Parts: sequence; structure tokens; C-alpha cells
Amino acid sequence: MTQWQGQLIKIDDYRWKIPVSYKTGMRVPGLIYASKEMLESIREEQALEQVVNVAFLPGIVGYSFAMPDIHWGYGFPIGGVAAMDIKNGVISPGGVGYDINCGVRLLSTNLSEAEVRPKINQLINALFHNIPSGLGSEGKIKTSQKEMNQLMVEGARWAVKRGLGFEEDLDVTEEGGCLSGADPSKISDKAVKRGMPQAGTLGSGNHFLEIQVVKEIFDPRTASIMGITEIGQILVLIHTGSRGFGHQICTDHLRVMEQAVSKYEIKLPDRQLACAPIESKEGKDYLAAMACAANYAWVNRQCIAHWVRESFSGIFGKSPEKLGMRQVYDIAHNIAKIEEHAIDGRNVKVCVHRKGATRAFATGHKDIPTRYKEVGQPVLVPGDMGRCSFVAVGTERAMSETFGSTCHGAGRILSRGAAKRSIRGGDVIRELESRGIFVKAENVSSLAEEASQAYKDVTEVINVVHQAGISRKIAMAIPMGVIKG
Amino acid sequence: MKKAFEIVDHTADVGIIAYGTNIEELFCNAALALFSLITEPGSIQEKSHLNLRVSSDDRDSLLVEWLNELIYFFDAKHILFNRFDIESLTQNELKATCHGEGFDPMKHKIKRGVKAATYHMLRLDKNNDGYKAQIIFDI
Repeated sequence: MTQWQGQLIKIDDYRWKIPVSYKTGMRVPGLIYASKEMLESIREEQALEQVVNVAFLPGIVGYSFAMPDIHWGYGFPIGGVAAMDIKNGVISPGGVGYDINCGVRLLSTNLSEAEVRPKINQLINALFHNIPSGLGSEGKIKTSQKEMNQLMVEGARWAVKRGLGFEEDLDVTEEGGCLSGADPSKISDKAVKRGMPQAGTLGSGNHFLEIQVVKEIFDPRTASIMGITEIGQILVLIHTGSRGFGHQICTDHLRVMEQAVSKYEIKLPDRQLACAPIESKEGKDYLAAMACAANYAWVNRQCIAHWVRESFSGIFGKSPEKLGMRQVYDIAHNIAKIEEHAIDGRNVKVCVHRKGATRAFATGHKDIPTRYKEVGQPVLVPGDMGRCSFVAVGTERAMSETFGSTCHGAGRILSRGAAKRSIRGGDVIRELESRGIFVKAENVSSLAEEASQAYKDVTEVINVVHQAGISRKIAMAIPMGVIKG
Repeated sequence: MKKAFEIVDHTADVGIIAYGTNIEELFCNAALALFSLITEPGSIQEKSHLNLRVSSDDRDSLLVEWLNELIYFFDAKHILFNRFDIESLTQNELKATCHGEGFDPMKHKIKRGVKAATYHMLRLDKNNDGYKAQIIFDI
């Protein structure tokens, strides 16, 4: 792989700019959040060229951003953020990704490490049994076509209405677990056929469910508002998305967008950036379909959270309420949203693409749940299964600089193939077990692809966004039990 | 014998390079490569067949659509294929009979779930030896 040799201008220790002069056609500069050390590995692949390509898109405002967890994606880099003016800008499915509303949900508990450790095997086995993962496993959610249509429109509430979770969960889910504008008539039969049996399943790839132990609290007041009160407390993190449903929607609409590119005479440096004007039929259709997939993903995480609560309840013989199993937050990290942001002192409606990036709204924002109005929107940043994960909050600086966006995770450094050649799945299990991390996977050989060595250290990622001021770190937790699809 | 395909690395995902002395063979080998990413093709028996018709705007996207069609049958219907008879192939339409069987967890070891064929770094070239194509999959 050739190194990216383009020009990076240092703004400060954590901000680097790619000037528009780098390539004719760039409408805005690129802005990369990274430390000097991280840039070395970022330059190893062509992700920065993708930041440049995104800067070509019509209607892009401000910068083409890259978060420190940036790595090579298709079209957009993973860790990419771009806001387009809704009047003259485009929407690009590649700026959302295949796994629409891939995201994370965090639950707190009142259990301690001492109470859970003796039962960790039992607990992981129960979770593995109760939460379908891997190919061929069908979800416990059986839907008719009519119910599937309702699910697409209602989002997480669809599940809560069926007794899968609490009303309170919806308050602490981005968008209340329901993105408006969902229109099932924009969904292909194929997407429905892939989606129906997969509702309520964890899936494969980098998706996981983790039982974590709180190791560090950086801001006790904010953490306690989130229900994170002491070192040694047990949390549960769920990472999954819209499964085959979202993938089929992306595939279907990329095809439509391919035609839209020539219809609207949009010049693109990369075919995978296929897009259409936000206000065009193609653009609106995609947004309506994307909302269906986003809502499906929220149903998915809602169902899984419910079965997590049931599993804990079964093992500890207490109700989820008695175990203090409250939802901290649920956040999307592959999504495009129509939002209002202040640009040069006036409020402008933009479509913010966040691909492998999360929303990070500051205190007082109207879209933040009441519980978090005073502290800012929780940001959930999972790391790899051998290291740790962080909880952070959004800041004013994120609002003024990144359209209220920040990083989403660790970001890969080793390809799946390279990881598999150098690491064995079985070794990963043993190594983690020796450190007190119990892993159960549907597919052991693919575990190597998700080993720690394949990822950047999430601590470095969070430190960059914290130091740059676009998020503030609140707490850190390490894994004790992991389920991989 | 010339190899039919090879697997290539991509940071977050995985790709293939498929070869063919003619365009039909290239499309077959790309499909074989796809199923070799998913499972051991040797473990798939020809128990049933499916007639597919795929259309697209040009040959490059036809290749992507063809693979996405097969991914759809794998993900939605859990069918694994190991042999492909291409009956006709133009710039924008393909007709094929695909042979294989339903996924059986006792028999087929799943290496990874492949979720989409992408346009990222898509290449379809012709040279003196025949055809060569590169496709990156989202997994």
C-alpha cells in the first residue's frame, strides 16, 4: 500500500488541515483530528484521499472532517463527517455506510465486579443463548409484513409497546429511537425479506455485546447523572445495527444514486460517493428509506437490551429494576441527519453525514433528553475487546466546529486478512481469559480479525477529541465478558 | 492452470481479484470467490438450482449487481452456491443458472458473513490474457 503523500497543515497539536489547493475540485478544506503520532499510521492508507474526495461533494459546508479513528472506508472514510446545505447539497448513501444506524447502547447496573465475576461464565452463556447471533440464527421477533411496516415507522417504541423495554429507554435514545420521515413504500421486497428474520439479532463482523467494569471516572458529577457512580460497577454495552435490512437498502439506493449522478450532472472523484440532491426525488427517497433502516436498528438494540435484562434477571434472581438496569444512552454512528446549525452567526439547515462518527451535542441543546440537558449528550465510544471503552459528552466546541460530531470508536489499523495471518482465534480467547475477559463467539476463527492488535488504542482516540475540546471524557470501563457474532 | 481468483486485503473489509479467459468465466470466478469468502466451496453440494436474471447500466455495475444478487440469496434465503452456468451475458444483462444447496450449520463452516459487494476500488480490465476484476466486499 502506498503512503498518502498529500499536504497537511498543522493548526494545533490535534488539528490538521488539507487545503483546497491540494486538489482542484475541493469545495472546502479537509480537517483531521489526530495526534502527530496517529497521523503516521493514518497516512499508511488512502483514508485521507477519501477526506479529499468528500470535499468535492456539492453543497458541503465548512470542512470535510475526519475524526481520529479514521480508516479507509468506501467513498467516505470511516470516521468521516460532512454537512451539506439542504438547499444545494447532496445526500450520499456512502456517507452513511451499509450498516445504517450501526450504533451502541449502554446499560448501567447496580451490580459490582465482585458480584458478577463468579457468575461471568453462566451470564455470558445465558446471553449467548438468549440473543441470536451468527448466520442462520433467526430472531425471536416474528413479524408479518404489516408489522414490519409499523416497525420501520415507529422505531424503538414498536418494541417497547410489545413489552420489550421501558418507556424511559426511549427518552435516552438518540431521536427517541425513531427517525421521522420513514416511508416503507421506499423499501424493496428484498430488503424486507432480509430484514424480517434478522430483527433482534446481534449479527457478525465487529458487532458485539460486552459486560464491562467501570475502571475510571473522570467527572463524577456527570457520570452519576448517567448512573455511573463507582469504580467496579458493571455496565453492559451493545453494538449492532440494521443487519441485512440496512445493507440491502444501501445497495438498492446506491444503484438509484448511480443514475442520479448522471441525471444531475454531478462530478465525482469516486463512484462509491454516488449521491443526489437532498431535495430531489432520489435524495428524499433515500432519506425516507434510511429512516426505516435507522428505526429497524433501534428496534434491534431495544430488543437485545431487553433480553440482556432478562438474562441478568434470570441469573441474579432479581427484576431488572432491582438490578438498576437503566439505559444510559443509545447512539447512532452511521447516519445522516437534517439538523440546524449556526454557520457564520445564522442558523442553517444542513444534512450531517456521520459515517463512523457520533453526534456530540452540547448542554442545553433541544434534542438532548431532559436528564442530560445540563451535562451534554452522552457519547459512547467502544474500544476493542481487549482494551477499554469510554463514555464522553458533547461540547460547545463540537457545536461550533464539527456540527456537533465526534469519534465513534477505535478504528482499525490491521486489515482482517493481516490480523488473521498473525493471530489465531483460539489464542485470542486464551489470552483474553488469562486477563479475566471471558469471550464467547459464534465463529471462533473470525475472532482474530477483531483482536486488539487489529485496532488503534481507543484511549489515544478519546484523548485527541478530549484535548481538541470536541468531547469531554467522563468514564472508562474495561470488558469482563464479550459475545461476538 | 491459471488461478481463478485471489483474496485481497482491505482495512475494514475484504476483496477479491477474479480472472477469466472470457467475460463469462470472469463472472463465474468472481461468484466462486464470493462463496469461498463465506465458506469452504468444497463443502457445498449441488442439490438444487436457481435461475437468475440480473440487469444493470454497464458491465462494471452488472458485476456488482450479480454478486449482490447472490449475497441476497445467501443472506435472505441461506443458499450457498458453488457452480454457475452463464447462459447469456451482455453489457447490461446476465442470465445464469446457479447450483448449490441450503446452508446446513452441521455441514458448512461459515468463515464470515458477506453483506454487500461495493463499487469501492472496483476494476474490470481486459488484457491479452483475458479479463481481471477487483471487487471489495462489505463484511
